[in-house]
Amino acid sequence: MSPQLQLFLQQLLNGLTIGMIYALIALGYTMVYGILQLINFAHGDVFMVGGYLALTAIGIVAALGTGLPVWGVILFVFLFSMSGAALLGVGIERFAYRPLRGSPRLTALISAIGMSFVLQNTVMLLYGSKEQIMPDILPQWQIDLSGVTVSLIQGMILVTAVSLMIFLNLFVKKTSTGRAMRAVAENPEAASLMGVSVDRVIRSTFMVGSGLAAMGGTLFAMNYGSLNFHDGYLAGIKAFTAAVFGGIGSIPGAMIGGILLGVFEGFCAGYISSEWKDVFAFGLLVALLLFRPSGIFGDNVPEKV
Amino acid sequence: MLSSSRKVPLILAPFALIPLFDKNTYHLDLLTNVGIYALLAMGLNVVVGLTGLLNLGYAAFFAIGAYSYALANLHWHWPFWLGLPFAGVVSMLFGFLIGIPSIRVRGDYLAITTLGFGEIVRISFNNLDAWTGGPNGLLGIARPKFFGYAFSVNPTPYYYLVLLLLASTAFLLFRMCNSKIGRALVAIREDELAASCMGVPALHVKLVAFGVSSFIAGLAGCVFAAKQTIITPDSFDFVLSVLILAMVVLGGLGNIWGAMLGALVLGTLPELLRGFAVYRMLIFGVIMILMMIFRPQGILGSQIIRRELRPKEKEAPHGSS
Repeated sequence: MSPQLQLFLQQLLNGLTIGMIYALIALGYTMVYGILQLINFAHGDVFMVGGYLALTAIGIVAALGTGLPVWGVILFVFLFSMSGAALLGVGIERFAYRPLRGSPRLTALISAIGMSFVLQNTVMLLYGSKEQIMPDILPQWQIDLSGVTVSLIQGMILVTAVSLMIFLNLFVKKTSTGRAMRAVAENPEAASLMGVSVDRVIRSTFMVGSGLAAMGGTLFAMNYGSLNFHDGYLAGIKAFTAAVFGGIGSIPGAMIGGILLGVFEGFCAGYISSEWKDVFAFGLLVALLLFRPSGIFGDNVPEKV
Repeated sequence: MLSSSRKVPLILAPFALIPLFDKNTYHLDLLTNVGIYALLAMGLNVVVGLTGLLNLGYAAFFAIGAYSYALANLHWHWPFWLGLPFAGVVSMLFGFLIGIPSIRVRGDYLAITTLGFGEIVRISFNNLDAWTGGPNGLLGIARPKFFGYAFSVNPTPYYYLVLLLLASTAFLLFRMCNSKIGRALVAIREDELAASCMGVPALHVKLVAFGVSSFIAGLAGCVFAAKQTIITPDSFDFVLSVLILAMVVLGGLGNIWGAMLGALVLGTLPELLRGFAVYRMLIFGVIMILMMIFRPQGILGSQIIRRELRPKEKEAPHGSS
C-alpha cells in the first residue's frame, strides 16, 4: 500500500474513532434540545464524569479482587458508568433546569454553565486536579492491516457506538417511551393533553442522553489512557458542534454530524496541523451557526422573531 | 436627587482614600485587580445586561487589548498612553466583527458563536509562536510613565489609574444609558421586533453595544498587560469569560453599579475565604444556578429585568417557534 493511502486510511480510522465518541455525546445534546430547546451546557461534563465513574468501577473491581473474566469486568464498568451518569442526569435536570422551565433561554443557559462548573469542581475536589491514569482492562492487541494499525479498543469503540446507536433508534421508534419523546418534541402541550407525562419524558431523555455520554466518556478514557476533570469542556463543545452540524433536534443528524466532525478533525490533524485542529473545529462551529444553523438534516430553525 | 452619572464621583471617592490608610501593598494589588474586573464587568454588562445578547467569549477582547498593547510596545516601543487607546480601538474592531453575526444569530446560538470566537482567539494566541511567544507569552512589557514618574512594582499608582478609568467609564456609561442609544439598547432587549418597527436601527444599535463593550475590555487588557508586564494565553480562558459573566449576573443584569458590586464581591471572596480557595469555582457555579432560580435579577437588579427573567405564567413554554 502506498504511504499516502496508509496515512489517509489511518487518519480516517482515527477520525472515525473519535467521531463515534462525539456522536455519542451529541445525541444527548440533540435529544435535550429537541424537547426543551435548552443547550445543556453541563452535558460535556456528564461525559467527563462518565470516565471517572469507569475509573471508580475499575477501582472497585480491583479492590474486591474477584476472579471476573475480562468481559465481565468490562460489562460491569460500562453498566456502572452508564447508570451512575443516568442518575446524575436526572439530578441535574431536577435541580438546575426544572425550576427554570418556561424561563427565557438565557436564564437556563446561565444555570447550565453554573452546573458545568459545579460538576467539574466536584470531580476536581474528589479526584484531585492532576491527570488520572486509566488502567488498561483490555489486552493491548493491535492488528496491522498492511500498514494501518487498528487497536482492540478502537474496534470496540466502533462496535459499541454503532450498536448503541442502533439500540437508541429502536428505542425511540418502537417503545412507548420513545413515542412519547417524539410527541413531546413535536408539541409538548398537545402531548400532555393526550396523557403523556411531560416531566417523565424529560426525565427519561436526560437519563438516556447522560448514559450515552457516560459511555462515550468511558471509551474516551480507555482509548487515551488518562482522564482530566476539564476534558468535558472541549469534548462537549465539539459534540455540540456535531449536533448543530447534523441539525440540532435530529437523532440521525447527531450521529452523522459526530462522525463527520471526527473525520474532519482527523484529516486536519493528519494533513494540516494537530495544533490547529481545535481552531478548525471551532471555526466550523461559528461558520455553521452563521450560515446554516439548521444543519444538514435539521428543520429546527434556532430562534424566530 | 442627583442623576446617576453625578453619583459616580461621590460613591467612588471613598475608594480614592484607601491607599492613604492602608499601606499594605497586597491589599492594594488585590483591589487593583478587582478594579480591572469591575471594568470588564461593566463592559460585558453593556452587551449582556443592557442589550440582552449573551457573550461567552468576552475574555477574547480582554486578550486582544492586552496583546495589542504588548505587541505595539515590544515592536514599535509605543508608550502606555498611546497603547491604551490603540488597545481599545483594536479590540473594538474585533467587537464589530463578532457583532455582525448577532444580526443573523440570536439567543443561545449567538452565545455559542461568541464562545467559539473566544476559543479561536485564545488558541490562535497560543499557536502563533512567532508573534505571541506561544504558550510562554510575551515578557518585558513596559510599565506606564506619567510625566517623568515611572510606575514600578508598587501597586498604588496602578490603583489610582484603574480607579480613574473606572470612574470615567462608569460616568460615560451612565450618560449613555440615559441617551437615545441607551434607550435603544434596552428597547432591543425588551422586544427586538417591536423596537425595529418603531424605527430603532437594530443592527446599528447592536454593533454599538458590541463596540463599546469590547473597547472597554481592550482598555482593561492594556492596563492588565502594563501591570503584569508578562501575558500568557492561559490568562484569557473560558473560565475568565464565565467569571465576568457571573459578576454581572450576581450584581444584577443591566445595572452598572451591580456590575461593580459583583466584581467587588467575586473578586475579593476567594481572598476572604482563603481556606476555601479550592471551593471557589464550585461556589461560583452554585451561585449562578441559585441566582437564576431565586433572584435572576441579581443583587441590585431592576424591576423590569425581574419581570423579564421570571418564568411566564400564561405563555406556553415553547413559544410560537
